[in-house]
Amino acid sequence: MSAKKTLFEKIWNAHLVAQPAGRSPIIYIDLHLVHEVTSPQAFDGLREAGRKVRQPARTVATVDHNIPTEPRGTPITDLIAARQIAALQANCKEFGVRLFDMDSPEQGIVHVIGPELGLTQPGMTIVCGDSHTSTHGAFGSLAFGIGTSEVEHVLATQCLAQQQPKTMKIDVRGRLADGVTAKDLALGIIGQIGTDGASGHVIEYCGDAVRSLSMEGRMTLCNMSIEAGARAGMVAPDETTFAYVKGKRFAPQGKEWESAVDYWRSLPTDEGAAFDKVVEMDAAQLSPFVTWGTNPGMVAPVTGRVPEVGSLGDSERRSTELALQYMGLEPGKRIEDIGIDRVFIGSCTNSRLEDLRSAARVAKGHHVSAKVRAMVVPGSQTVKRAAEDEGLHQIFLDAGFEWRESGCSMCLGMNPDILQPGERCASTSNRNFEGRQGRGGRTHLVSPMMAAAAAIAGHFTDIRDWKFR
Amino acid sequence: MKPFRTHRGLVAPLDRINVDTDQIIPKQFLKRIERTGFGQFLFYDWRFAADGKKSGDFILDEPRYAGASILVAGKNFGCGSSREHAVWALADFGFRAVISSSFADIFANNSTKNGFLTVLLREDEVGELMRRAREVNDYQLTIDLEQCEVRDDQGFCTKFPIDDFVRHCLLNGLDDIGLTLQHEAEIASYETVHPPPSALQARHP
Ligand code: SF4
Repeated sequence: MSAKKTLFEKIWNAHLVAQPAGRSPIIYIDLHLVHEVTSPQAFDGLREAGRKVRQPARTVATVDHNIPTEPRGTPITDLIAARQIAALQANCKEFGVRLFDMDSPEQGIVHVIGPELGLTQPGMTIVCGDSHTSTHGAFGSLAFGIGTSEVEHVLATQCLAQQQPKTMKIDVRGRLADGVTAKDLALGIIGQIGTDGASGHVIEYCGDAVRSLSMEGRMTLCNMSIEAGARAGMVAPDETTFAYVKGKRFAPQGKEWESAVDYWRSLPTDEGAAFDKVVEMDAAQLSPFVTWGTNPGMVAPVTGRVPEVGSLGDSERRSTELALQYMGLEPGKRIEDIGIDRVFIGSCTNSRLEDLRSAARVAKGHHVSAKVRAMVVPGSQTVKRAAEDEGLHQIFLDAGFEWRESGCSMCLGMNPDILQPGERCASTSNRNFEGRQGRGGRTHLVSPMMAAAAAIAGHFTDIRDWKFR
Repeated sequence: MKPFRTHRGLVAPLDRINVDTDQIIPKQFLKRIERTGFGQFLFYDWRFAADGKKSGDFILDEPRYAGASILVAGKNFGCGSSREHAVWALADFGFRAVISSSFADIFANNSTKNGFLTVLLREDEVGELMRRAREVNDYQLTIDLEQCEVRDDQGFCTKFPIDDFVRHCLLNGLDDIGLTLQHEAEIASYETVHPPPSALQARHP
């Protein structure tokens, strides 16, 4: 075996607790994030078996998926959602788990608050009963989503029995042009390798285009690794990472900080370490993207067109036809000619301060089209306060956007924020599956800038030609 | 967990690729706090019209597939969210296994925890089974986990790959948590060297 190791291998090896013969290795989990939708059955399982949460200190919960985004204090009218939230509150109390509840000033989408509170740190293993846990890999941690049985497993043992995934390097050379964001990079990658292109692999994103992204951009990129089928996505930690983590509430302090940083510096992939798969891309080839279909790999440049089906193979043609039918689009239609009804700026992909800043820059001095309803949902209460301190909310409100409380909101529409049948939405979220944002709703995934511009124009428009005021 | 050894049952073909978990169980049904009762909501948006009436044109509602326990589907089955509710819904509906040429990782993982089998075959084999399930009335398959074999009565017989340990757990219906806890000593010694960060140990309200 070669002594040269990838970032992934270093973290994996450092967390191996046991390697029973003929069985999956057992790895230790540093941080377990919990939310209301995928945890109730896991806590029930613990109770039934008479088990405790092994490491309450390493377990952190919040409510995000189905809470309303009306002003806090408005009663929850959806009784089943209310029951799920109440179950999490009771479970956290019973098992001694820290909860950032509805009324907490630090509540937010689980993948937004982890980094924001400094819970997420390089070199860690992080899991959550949510596929977009891959977001935390932006810090050079190994972070992945698990199902409810595994949530119970981690609660009970602080470990997981896991097959070692394969590694994949995505090397993005050059730099992204103005108006082309981390979201477009993510969509461009999925468009190229497909929604199962990274199945069974952990992706490490490398190259100048990735290195020059801010932490927020890296989170957007790693967030959508799951849409490429990957187990996780990661970016090696560097000065940008350390500067972000430093001083955060749960970050190491003083002496502990120094030794943590020393360790983190040892994590990046060794020169010459081998990956199971390598993909190379040129950032200069990317443009702002818009998805036209019902999975995130169905994507076209904003200057492009919805595909013609004639040239496709059998199964691709069938799924393309089904997608176009669902989306109400004719083959060959120009992307810029697609008119929209709704805009959603939010979700764990694009609801951080930088995302809101970039959308506000586009919106400033303009007004949302009369036929569009647009909403901005900050990822967390902390993001919301910071945005308000900068006056971003005022820019949005003046431009005719709604400014709401934090949560997952219309990303999956488990709360009252949903699309009506046939409504077409430009969304900064990560999934455009049928019915994702409401039954019969049609979702086009875009960056925050592209979403803001579409809100104003009433149709998709190339942000590179935008008149900023 | 319910052990899986050999299962014979009626096969239903779902000729779609990239069937995602939002389709398998739409999010409005994720709010239950139990593990049971999800079967009625399986593929809800495909099976029911907006007013809650059965639309009747979905494959699983065709009378000839009533009681099917094996689903054959296109590649990348179970992609999307980590919701284990997708597996609970399939199992609760009466399925014991899905056959496809690829599965999303988390879905496949969740399946094994519920005694539910994801059977990986080549794309041409999946196509062939799909064809037989459409053309042959009451088309039955046997999935034999002891032999790692899928076979029918018309001469189709093929092996499928599966991780040894996963197979062992499925065959014996073993509880993962119990297995991991056999390593209590190793976990405890790991924890002695790696205590939780001090910031997290501080008491919280
Ligand atoms: S914002 Fe959307 S994708 Fe992210 S955790 Fe919430 S529901 Fe999942």
